[in-house]
Amino acid sequence: MRFARYMGYRLVTALPVIFGIIVLNFLLIHLAPGDAASVLAGESGAATPEYMDALRHKFGLDQSLGMQFLTYLSNMAHFNLGYSYRNDADVSGLILERLGPTSLLMLTAFGTAVVLGIILGLVAATGRNSWRDNIISLVSLVAYATPGFWLGLMMIVIFSIGLGWLPTSGFDTVGAGHEGWAEVKDVARHLVMPAVSLALFYLALYARLMRASVLEQTGMDYVTTARAKGQTERRIMTGHVLRNALLPIVTIAGVQAGNLIGGSIVVETVFGWPGIGTLAFNALQSRDLNLLLAIFFMSACLIVVINLAVDVIYVMLDPRMEI
Amino acid sequence: MWQGVARFARNRMALFGAAVLGCLLLLVVLTPVIYPDNPFKLAGPALQPPGGRFLLGTDTLGRDVAAEIAYGARTSLLIGVGATLAAIVFGAVLGGIAGYYRGRTETVLMRLTEFFQTIPAFIFALLIVAILSPSVSSEIIAIAAVSWPSIARLVRGEFVALGGREFVQACAGLGASDARIILNHMLPNCASSIIAVGSLLIGTAILLEAGLAFLGLGDPNVMSWGLIISAGRAVLRSAWWICTFPGIAILLTVLGINLIGDGLNEALNPRLRER
Repeated sequence: MRFARYMGYRLVTALPVIFGIIVLNFLLIHLAPGDAASVLAGESGAATPEYMDALRHKFGLDQSLGMQFLTYLSNMAHFNLGYSYRNDADVSGLILERLGPTSLLMLTAFGTAVVLGIILGLVAATGRNSWRDNIISLVSLVAYATPGFWLGLMMIVIFSIGLGWLPTSGFDTVGAGHEGWAEVKDVARHLVMPAVSLALFYLALYARLMRASVLEQTGMDYVTTARAKGQTERRIMTGHVLRNALLPIVTIAGVQAGNLIGGSIVVETVFGWPGIGTLAFNALQSRDLNLLLAIFFMSACLIVVINLAVDVIYVMLDPRMEI
Repeated sequence: MWQGVARFARNRMALFGAAVLGCLLLLVVLTPVIYPDNPFKLAGPALQPPGGRFLLGTDTLGRDVAAEIAYGARTSLLIGVGATLAAIVFGAVLGGIAGYYRGRTETVLMRLTEFFQTIPAFIFALLIVAILSPSVSSEIIAIAAVSWPSIARLVRGEFVALGGREFVQACAGLGASDARIILNHMLPNCASSIIAVGSLLIGTAILLEAGLAFLGLGDPNVMSWGLIISAGRAVLRSAWWICTFPGIAILLTVLGINLIGDGLNEALNPRLRER
């Protein structure tokens, strides 16, 4: 019951963020050179004058700024994100149909980064200054400085063009007509390189964080106490240190989720992955600002949801948390 | 201060980073001498592999990739440093005001900072550049716009901690103005933390710039590493070198800057190291 009330409270505190994004979007539309209608319609010249007039009326651009904002707010509240003239389709529909591939890519990359990052950080911290620690630290330093899109291109050069092991782009083999497990395997083969390009940076980040976090925890008094009681080192690590060391990772993972969406734009573009990232890239190429703004809005909403999930995980990991 | 320099000099990784960055700065300075021609100009036949007359080969239009990278270094550093400085000024002002005046001002400003930290940074930067139309200055604005929150939070925290210290209260007691206390007494006291965090921000800013330019949001009239990679992508199958070398340049630069940043962090904030 207390938990439900806590969730309700967190939902309410999340609303200002959504509202803020709407305000920001509204400001960005008005910051753009030219009439807001031309922003909403894509570049000028693409739309007919009648359509522009209809747009102006629909978004209340013939009214005062305050009224315009209210109209915009009510449109957003109804998830009426507008129409993409370039794609000749409803913006929310466009985004929804791309949500699947993007979620698959992001969850795979995120899961890999978190799990492997935690394991590598733990390995590095338990063997402090050993060769394992040095190798893990060195690799994560390099990975931390590598642009994801370039890593993707290099993997294409090596694994697709050079060795011919993996497909260069796409979601599955077009026209292969795979079904069942064959289809799953086909998609997985296409997924490997985009997921690795997206995950590597975060993997390095979590490994570094986890190492620091474990080292910090092992210096705590409760570890000395456990050791004095005669606990084995393994038991101290898994039973005591791990759970405490995970807390900062969970926090940072929530913060980084937003950057993962940005990273997926570049990575999807490299691999022609048919998700929201490619949609954003195409919108960028055709200066379809309204579609971009909608993607921005949707990703911000997604982040709010992820942060809520992180809070829940946090409470589950740390019973001391006051809710 | 000299203790800090000595601590930095004992850190081999940081020295390696400093060496990498030193070479890069040397390259930037010498670029007009080594490659006096405009990097957009034709230098030879198209798609020449590396080695031979062109050290790093030529691109689809017969431009010298090595010259492009040399000119790109200038752009990357300019945008990386420019955006970081802008973010530091803006973040320090906001965080400083919040940490000095506290109360409702602090609540409002910090809520704003948290908001800008929550929204997806890269997409926000994309939008700003797309709306302001691609140019070096709009890239700097966009990257600064997504980088300032961490500085604001840092400065606010330092200011809150400094606010209760005797020397600050003594200044206030002697009748020093708010501006004088903030600028002459409090800001210099958090300079070392700002430098340490700011140096790491430069690396992030260069990665962001590369991403923006790769997506076609770089200044079309200025050579940059992301631009070379984005142009070379189409011929990846036949000419791997066009994409490969600028990427290595980005990697080494960011790695060097991060190592220096880590070194500065340890040298200027030794307390953090002992923890």
